[in-house]
Amino acid sequence: MGLISRMTTFVKVKLTHLLDRAEDPRETLDYAYERQLQLLQQVRRGIVDVTTSKRRLELQRAKLQESLDRLTEQARQALSLGREDLARLALERKAIAQQQIDDLDTQIRTLEQEQAKLEQAEMRLRAKVEAFRTRKEVIKAQYSAAEAQVRINEAVTGISEEMADVGLALERAEEKTHQLQARASAIDELLASGVLEDLTGTRQDSIERELARVSVSESVETELAALRRQLGQGDTPKQLPEGGSS
Amino acid sequence: MIVRILTEGQYRVDSGLYDDLNALDNAIVEAVAAGDEERFRALLDELLETVRRHGIPVSPDEFVESDIILPPPDTTLEEAQHLFAGDGLLPG
Repeated sequence: MGLISRMTTFVKVKLTHLLDRAEDPRETLDYAYERQLQLLQQVRRGIVDVTTSKRRLELQRAKLQESLDRLTEQARQALSLGREDLARLALERKAIAQQQIDDLDTQIRTLEQEQAKLEQAEMRLRAKVEAFRTRKEVIKAQYSAAEAQVRINEAVTGISEEMADVGLALERAEEKTHQLQARASAIDELLASGVLEDLTGTRQDSIERELARVSVSESVETELAALRRQLGQGDTPKQLPEGGSS
Repeated sequence: MIVRILTEGQYRVDSGLYDDLNALDNAIVEAVAAGDEERFRALLDELLETVRRHGIPVSPDEFVESDIILPPPDTTLEEAQHLFAGDGLLPG
């Protein structure tokens, strides 16, 4: 038994369950219509979910990009102060942040594809539901005619198959979104308390503190030297009192 | 005959295409059994592309039952294996 026949069987089995629900054809039609509207709502919520997740990932990406820029600046600053060790540390963290950004880019692209797929499914289902609504009223009005039964089955089977199809698209998109959300939460956690805290949190503060300390002592020395020149003093401050006393 | 590509919609194709699809389907079964991801992907793409190329999309206001139903384009090898194991792609 091939993949095609298995797939076909699975969907048809699902359809049979749907179609067995009501016995009065008019009830079947109304029931099918209700289900379609529910599914349409679900798909719309699904699109919102996927879009929200995508925005969240984009936000994380922006945060990482910010820390990337800051780390570049820190590395430059450290190097200009002759602190190659600090510059190296900053660049290492930058590389890790870059990896995370690449990973997020891939995830964002996946969600974009899911979003496009759901939007397409929603559009298709909406058109089908609209056509079904019209057809349903006609069939119900014609129900007394014997041929109506056949048309009811055709219409209900067609729309039910579409529902199974769109339902599958929705389920898969939701599953992917949940997976990506879980990974996004992991990055959130890392940003807040874990490895990535190195990039944006306390350990980076230590780089900043160290840079600040170096900058402070550096500027103190510079200012001292400038002061010495202003005062026309020698290279060593101790010469001043000695010179003054002589 | 009517062919549905799941998550994509229905196509009306010439019944003569069935043999081609069947041949590809058999090759897919082998690829899935061998766990050959790359070959599975290539064959599935070819299968779906054959339907898209030779088929005419069924209008949304038409209600027809599909004769055969094909898996979604992004079906993974793992999902295909589940399908053969009996779980299927559709939960419930």
